[in-house]
Amino acid sequence: MLDSTPQEYSIRKGIVINPAKTCQPIGAMYAALGIHKCLPHSHGSQGCCSYHRMHLARHFRDPVMASTSSFTEGAAVFGGGSNLKTAIKNIFAIYNPDIIAVHTTCLSETIGDDIPVYINQSKVPEGKIVIHANTPSYVGSHVTGFSNMVKGMVKYLSVNKNKPNEKVNIIPGFVNPGDMREIKRILKSMCVKFIMFPDTSGVLDAPLTGKYDMYPAGGSKIEDIIDAGNSDATFALGSFASAAAADELRKKAKVRPVILRTPIGVEATDKFLMSVSRTTGREISAEIEEERGQLIDIMVDLHDQYQGKTAAIFGDPDVVIALTAFTLELGMVPKYVLTGTPGEAFEREVGQMLKDAGVEAKVKAAGDLFTLHQWIKDEPVDLLMGTTYGKYIARAEDIPLVRVGFPVLDRGVHSYMPIVGYKGAMRLIEMISNTLLDRQDRDAKDEDLELLM
Amino acid sequence: MKNKVSRIVEQYPASVFKNRKEHILLVDHDSENPQTITANTRTIPGIITSRGCCYAGCKGVVVGPIKDAVTITHGPIGCGYYSWGTRRNKARLDEGEEDNFLNYCFSTDLQEGDIVFGGEKKLKQAITEVVDIFKPKNIMICSTCPVGLIGDDINAVASWAEDKYNIKVLAFSCEGYKGVTQSAGHHIANNQLIKHVVGTGDAVVGKYSINFLGEYNIGGDSWEIERVLTKIGYEIVSVMTGNGSIEKIKNAHKANLNLVQCYRSINYIADMVHSKYGTDWLKVNFIGVQSSIESLRDLARYFDDPALTARTEEVIAEELAEVLPIIEQYKPLCEGKTAALYVGGSRALHYQYLFKDLGMETILAGFEFAHRDDYEGSEVIPFMKEDADSKNIENLHPEPDEQHYRVVLSKEKYEELKTKIPLNYFGGMIKAMPNQSVVIDDINHYEIDEFMKLLKPDIFCAGIKEKYQIHKMGIFSKQLHSYDYTGPYAGFKGAATFARDIAMGLTTPVWNMVQPPWKVEPMLEGNYVKEVV
Repeated sequence: MLDSTPQEYSIRKGIVINPAKTCQPIGAMYAALGIHKCLPHSHGSQGCCSYHRMHLARHFRDPVMASTSSFTEGAAVFGGGSNLKTAIKNIFAIYNPDIIAVHTTCLSETIGDDIPVYINQSKVPEGKIVIHANTPSYVGSHVTGFSNMVKGMVKYLSVNKNKPNEKVNIIPGFVNPGDMREIKRILKSMCVKFIMFPDTSGVLDAPLTGKYDMYPAGGSKIEDIIDAGNSDATFALGSFASAAAADELRKKAKVRPVILRTPIGVEATDKFLMSVSRTTGREISAEIEEERGQLIDIMVDLHDQYQGKTAAIFGDPDVVIALTAFTLELGMVPKYVLTGTPGEAFEREVGQMLKDAGVEAKVKAAGDLFTLHQWIKDEPVDLLMGTTYGKYIARAEDIPLVRVGFPVLDRGVHSYMPIVGYKGAMRLIEMISNTLLDRQDRDAKDEDLELLM
Repeated sequence: MKNKVSRIVEQYPASVFKNRKEHILLVDHDSENPQTITANTRTIPGIITSRGCCYAGCKGVVVGPIKDAVTITHGPIGCGYYSWGTRRNKARLDEGEEDNFLNYCFSTDLQEGDIVFGGEKKLKQAITEVVDIFKPKNIMICSTCPVGLIGDDINAVASWAEDKYNIKVLAFSCEGYKGVTQSAGHHIANNQLIKHVVGTGDAVVGKYSINFLGEYNIGGDSWEIERVLTKIGYEIVSVMTGNGSIEKIKNAHKANLNLVQCYRSINYIADMVHSKYGTDWLKVNFIGVQSSIESLRDLARYFDDPALTARTEEVIAEELAEVLPIIEQYKPLCEGKTAALYVGGSRALHYQYLFKDLGMETILAGFEFAHRDDYEGSEVIPFMKEDADSKNIENLHPEPDEQHYRVVLSKEKYEELKTKIPLNYFGGMIKAMPNQSVVIDDINHYEIDEFMKLLKPDIFCAGIKEKYQIHKMGIFSKQLHSYDYTGPYAGFKGAATFARDIAMGLTTPVWNMVQPPWKVEPMLEGNYVKEVV
């Protein structure tokens, strides 16, 4: 496996090998699916839309609906205006969504299609909405695309009507529906009134009932995203995916932004809850405090199973930053921390965190899995934590892999289960612990196989 | 039935209706004139289609499985990323082979500056680094949409790299917007392979030497078919392109016959090898027990050697003895059920034969990126019109190769065989389907929904984009692009695996649990209370 990868690391400027990121439009599509009765629309070649739908469907194992402008060579030369206008007309006539969220592709960006102009020239039925985000594939990553589309929602929809709604906005970031559900459960238990957007729960983890519904019950309501302009504050969870929209809300509607880490692990969850509590005046519920106590109990009981173990963590920046902090809370040693998404802020934040913890580690943004593999070949780790793509390295180097983040293409159920909050932390510990112990059991001599662990 | 089908498309806006009605027909074998269908035309913008792009057809389908080349996707990161490991085209190092790069993904990951100032410099840098690290004998460059628009000359870069590093470098200008589906990419890939690879090798091959074209080794299909072919005594010179290699494809012109499994993706090479080297091609179908038997017998008829024919029958008998008992075990669970198929450019036809083996009838079938000949058969080719989109893809007409052209069969023998086996001929889908079944090209999300309600098939075989939509309806869907991560489904043993998987999908206990019991059982219970006097 990966036999051609040499141990010796060389700086590359031209070729990316085994990427740890993908392109903007898929993130925009995922974000748009988090609006109720929204059809994401990909303005480009139909292959983009097809690839994105495939990849999302593989991760969530649920239908992923989106339409495309289906560019041909003619459209690429003369501009995609006519394609987009035809598409908008057909989409409302055939699929009847409440809102279309258009995102661009490298094709339509390269030819310079002016989407707002095309939308203005389109026939949008009364009461229906078309929004857009520019998501050039040659800038940033899928996380950037997610961020841009969420910002687009604010730009097009949110309005400050000078009617404070006594709610807070929650932008959950590029996480699973299971995480969004968990954040909502926590807030509800605190009796916090909130608007979450985007919200893919109930869309990409919809139940099977025997009746197919193109627009499942979930997703943020358009009126709520509009009303987000009247909220007291915006909690942006994960700066890479959510800060831009929170900042847009500040500029557009004077809503105070609070940018926090994705609430993975003890401290990040503590901070999130305290921050929400201070803003809303709502107490952190006994139910959630009890969960915290359970988590601490687990961490005391099991620390010897993972403490001191070295890990390589890779994936999307917000999740990786928070996961790295959590592994430090567990007493683990995050030796290699890498994201494919570009951003010096990532290297700064993780670097500082590791420095404070006294851990010597390699940290890289805009990296790829080939680099990660070479680091590991040079000096191995006990555990890999990241996406399914880590399984090649896991096999090549015989290192166990905890699947976390986006995408997970080879295991099910993960998208329903949280990694955020105290419950999510318990689940992560269960995964980390079990994975390490399974390995220990597998490798143990007969006389060393432990019944009690 | 006709009215019911019409009603589905009548719901469309006028322009969409006008377009889509030409892509749907009800099979009528008693029709005076052969039935015709519209295919390989532009997708209507806004329609939720499952079709992909030219890049997906070239890199994703045809050249992606070639293991001994580093395939560099020249463009932003997405295209290379999505086509990395997602198709299940398996490969391993066979004896004497050194390079297998299929677990790697290579991309130039173009950035904004490259789009503005051009990406050739970065591509050259990428090649230099790849040569430095991997020392490959072959490199393939596949273009994505922006590359064509910014005018990068990947052919010039390829020549530069060939000269500089003394390796083979192939350039595929397969920008996503070319053509109307993946099909354009197949054609572009075929063209480059015939121009630069086939005919450059000098292997010495035997009498019963064949190439296996249009077989991509999804889930190991090719290995299962090759097992049977070599057991009979055939020598497989090259496979295009499952577990394939440039090293082997180089010698493809040496083989005495080409077998064509997926006609759509590889027919260009089959035809061009025929006109350039004289090699005939035989349309085969190794999906299904009966169709595999028939294909093996057709193949034996071509070589017409009593010993080979006898060996063919021997092997068929051996294989059947092994798999029929397994299939018989699952058949009662499948028999009498109906299937709908929507897959690529050949599987929606091929799998009908396998379903027949299980006693299941196909009531709807359609291709995603087919041309008219895939539906109507080779005979329609002279009547097919080129349009603006297909004209943009280069059509090669190679002349006979002075050194290597030869005729394998005498003219009389050829004419005689042609009446018996599908030699240089493909019959298409319509002829194979039952009367009154639905043939539908590029079926979309809305039409799937409506046809499911109308026809109520017991299984819908398609891809990942359709699968979960079907499951939500409470109907089993099997992916026939990736086989849902199992397989192989080809050949004899594959048929047995398929029988098991279909029976499992149709009968998994959860289908009885879809409705919560409280939705079907009365929940109000009366309580006895003391009678009030």
